[in-house]
Amino acid sequence: MTDIDVVTLARLQFAATALYHFLFVPLTLGLSVLLGIMESVYFITKRPIWRDLTKFWGVLFGINFAMGVATGLTMEFQFGTNWAYYSHYVGDIFGAPLAIEGLMAFFLEATFVGIFFFGWDRLSRGAHLFVTWMVALGSNLSALWILIANGWMQHPVGATFNFESMRMEVSNFYDVLFNPTAQAKFVHTISAGYVTGSLFVLGVSAFFLLARRNIDFAKRSITVAAAFGLCSSLSVVVLGDESGYTAAESQKMKVAAIEGMWTTEPAPAGFNLVAIPDPQNHQNAFEVKVPWLLGLIATRSTTEQVPGINDLVARNTQYIRDGLKAYSALQTLRKDSTDLEARNTLKKYEYGLGYALLLSKYTNDIPNASDDMITKAAWDTVPDVVPLFWSFRLMVALGFLFIALFATAFWLVVQRRIETSRTFLRLALLCIPLPWVSSELGWFVAEYGRQPWCIDGILPTRLGASSLTTGDMWLSLGGFLILYSTLLVVELYLMVRTIKKGPEDYFGRHTAAVLESAP
Amino acid sequence: MLDFETLRLIWWFLLGFLLAGFAIFDGFDFGVGALLPWIARTDSERRVVINTIGPVWEGNQTWIVLGAGAIFAAFPPLYGASFSGLYLALIGLLFSMILRPGGFKYRSKLPSPLWRSIWDHLLFVGGAVPPLLFGVAVGNILQGVPFHFDEWQRLFYDGNVFGLLNPFALLCGLVSVSMLVSHGAVYLANKTDGALQERAIRIAGIGPLVTITLFALAGLWVAFGLQGYVVTAGGAWDGPSNPFTKTVEMRTGAWLINYSVYPWMGLAPVLGLTGAFLTTRLVRLQRPLWAFVSSGTSIFGIVATAGVSMFPFLMPSSNHPSQSLTVFDASSSHDTLMIMLISTIIFMPIIIFYTSWVFRMMRGTVSSKYIEDNSHSVY
Repeated sequence: MTDIDVVTLARLQFAATALYHFLFVPLTLGLSVLLGIMESVYFITKRPIWRDLTKFWGVLFGINFAMGVATGLTMEFQFGTNWAYYSHYVGDIFGAPLAIEGLMAFFLEATFVGIFFFGWDRLSRGAHLFVTWMVALGSNLSALWILIANGWMQHPVGATFNFESMRMEVSNFYDVLFNPTAQAKFVHTISAGYVTGSLFVLGVSAFFLLARRNIDFAKRSITVAAAFGLCSSLSVVVLGDESGYTAAESQKMKVAAIEGMWTTEPAPAGFNLVAIPDPQNHQNAFEVKVPWLLGLIATRSTTEQVPGINDLVARNTQYIRDGLKAYSALQTLRKDSTDLEARNTLKKYEYGLGYALLLSKYTNDIPNASDDMITKAAWDTVPDVVPLFWSFRLMVALGFLFIALFATAFWLVVQRRIETSRTFLRLALLCIPLPWVSSELGWFVAEYGRQPWCIDGILPTRLGASSLTTGDMWLSLGGFLILYSTLLVVELYLMVRTIKKGPEDYFGRHTAAVLESAP
Repeated sequence: MLDFETLRLIWWFLLGFLLAGFAIFDGFDFGVGALLPWIARTDSERRVVINTIGPVWEGNQTWIVLGAGAIFAAFPPLYGASFSGLYLALIGLLFSMILRPGGFKYRSKLPSPLWRSIWDHLLFVGGAVPPLLFGVAVGNILQGVPFHFDEWQRLFYDGNVFGLLNPFALLCGLVSVSMLVSHGAVYLANKTDGALQERAIRIAGIGPLVTITLFALAGLWVAFGLQGYVVTAGGAWDGPSNPFTKTVEMRTGAWLINYSVYPWMGLAPVLGLTGAFLTTRLVRLQRPLWAFVSSGTSIFGIVATAGVSMFPFLMPSSNHPSQSLTVFDASSSHDTLMIMLISTIIFMPIIIFYTSWVFRMMRGTVSSKYIEDNSHSVY
């Protein structure tokens, strides 16, 4: 079987390149919609300042978008290069949403983004507005298909094992498309992108107001950002709750780990506000509980139980034992594919096959694994409790902070006091990086919480990787880190420089005249 | 409902169509990038060259996203085998392609000549290296790649990086570079004026002849020097996607067998050669648009030649030939192929529609004056 070091390196590379990629994606998602809104105002009011607003934020959008494109290709290729067995084992289901993403979304976004920048003088107002909305639609649809693919990794539905081709194959594509996990993740993720875009516009405009320059420009931008940001930050929390609810249905272990909940409590379970998890002894050394809360969030009832880690491990032990029956049946079928009894056994215990594969960490002779190995493998299904517990809480706290921030901004805008509320403006400027922190934490919770699985319950992560050498892996990992970090520094430098230079370069003659004549 | 074997054949065609689309559309971007330091002599000229592809390169690059996505969805075992088997080529490809967005978006944001010169060179790398590596990858696949599967169909690559860079593969790499650089020159002949256009026309008049020579050389090598692969037993066209169900033999010149079994396949090399030759004529006759069509046809022919010569193979194994991947044992399930076909039938016409709209909106030449007038908004 594959050398563990290669697997670790492949995971590190995927994590690093994905986290880098997601530094650029949320801003693309959010800004593209904000550009659409600003240009719509221009279309309706015909006031040139709104066109200039769109142009300036568009330039920042472009600097960011370039990095999104640069880092995005790696994500797609990586499934083939570093996760070849994964590609073979689930490509029949997982490949389709990725390909459709290209057909339906990315092509749209990438084709129209060029003419967004180059088409200002070539297109009519209406045509250009259409182009801008197509870019926004393309990037958001792109997120939809990627999250359908990702949601399937978290909650694999509509697929069944085919022993003739030794892989999972699609049995119901409708289920894959309308996977509740995917839908919840999609709306949560795009809302997070809208929050990122809004906070970016809010913070940068605050910078202009603090410097007492480009006042009209900044105030208009803030108005849009505050309104859109308030809606988005509310929806990101509400829809995050939906994500939690679907996870509690389909990914019970992840929820239990996030909550640091070792034993099943009588319903409705309490929510650990603060705790010191002690994974060695399968308990928390200290905890502060809010009664009922977890039960309400996770089951939306007062009677249903949320299973704890210990009970889930017991369940998974049974899955492994059932999986061994499926595994043996599969071995029989490989010798004689017509054996009806083996076919039936495989069908009956198919749900356990992935669990049996967890034993590959301990033995090459899976059917004869000892009880001790089975126990160990069952405990392997518990993700790392401590980092998940804290990452999740930090992410949620930030979510509530964003609501407060946008609510305040909105109120100040309505009161026409935003320009003079300098403390708030300073705070808004300082908060610019926070949506990125919470987005990355969110991905960490979702993907690290999925361990030890590539595909939950179906394919252990350590089996998904390609059979490469550690030398290859170090070379690519090192290369990506150097390349990405350099480009990130360049990108940030250009962002800051463009912001400091201000929007004047992008103003049409008319706006410049109006702004000059203003007191 | 279409049967399994028909769907597999359709997807083999579609894959060729997408990869040729990639070579034709992203191809002129690569070619223009590779020509950048040689064809443009002043900063203003360099900006003209960059801005000829500025508005369209992102859309063009999506062809590779589609091509890779189609392999992933329609031929998943091929996706894993080719991408991990040719690991360093693929990583090199990614590294060089990652340099491109910055080259377009960031280059002209600062006035510093050093800054711009660095990006120009990175654009050159991002234009010249991908065609080379694509060619090298195809060259390796034509020879067969050393790999085998275990009983769980896990792939093991048995070669090393030095095996990757062998003479035949490098020749294929050169065919690819020559073909795309010529294509880029034809594109520039369409989109520039004055001295730049003259230089582009000169390159476009010679480049295709180089391509013809190299392509013919590779053809002779395939006929007389290279071992091809033949399925000698098993390999049912509607069997399960499992590479253990056939026997394969290696024979010198076997890649030419298809041309006598399916004579229509001969159209591919004919298009490749005549298209390239016509390009040189048309560009000299001041018919740059038709030269571009002809150049694109030639690329289609050359890409298709590699594909049809190998049929039904997608990626032969040089050390375990019977475990080679073919159209009929490395595909997705019937249902996935069907779902993907429906998606393609719906979305491909839409893509073609809006892509042609964008190209039409951005038609016309790019001049130095245009760059100066729009200094802040262009690249």
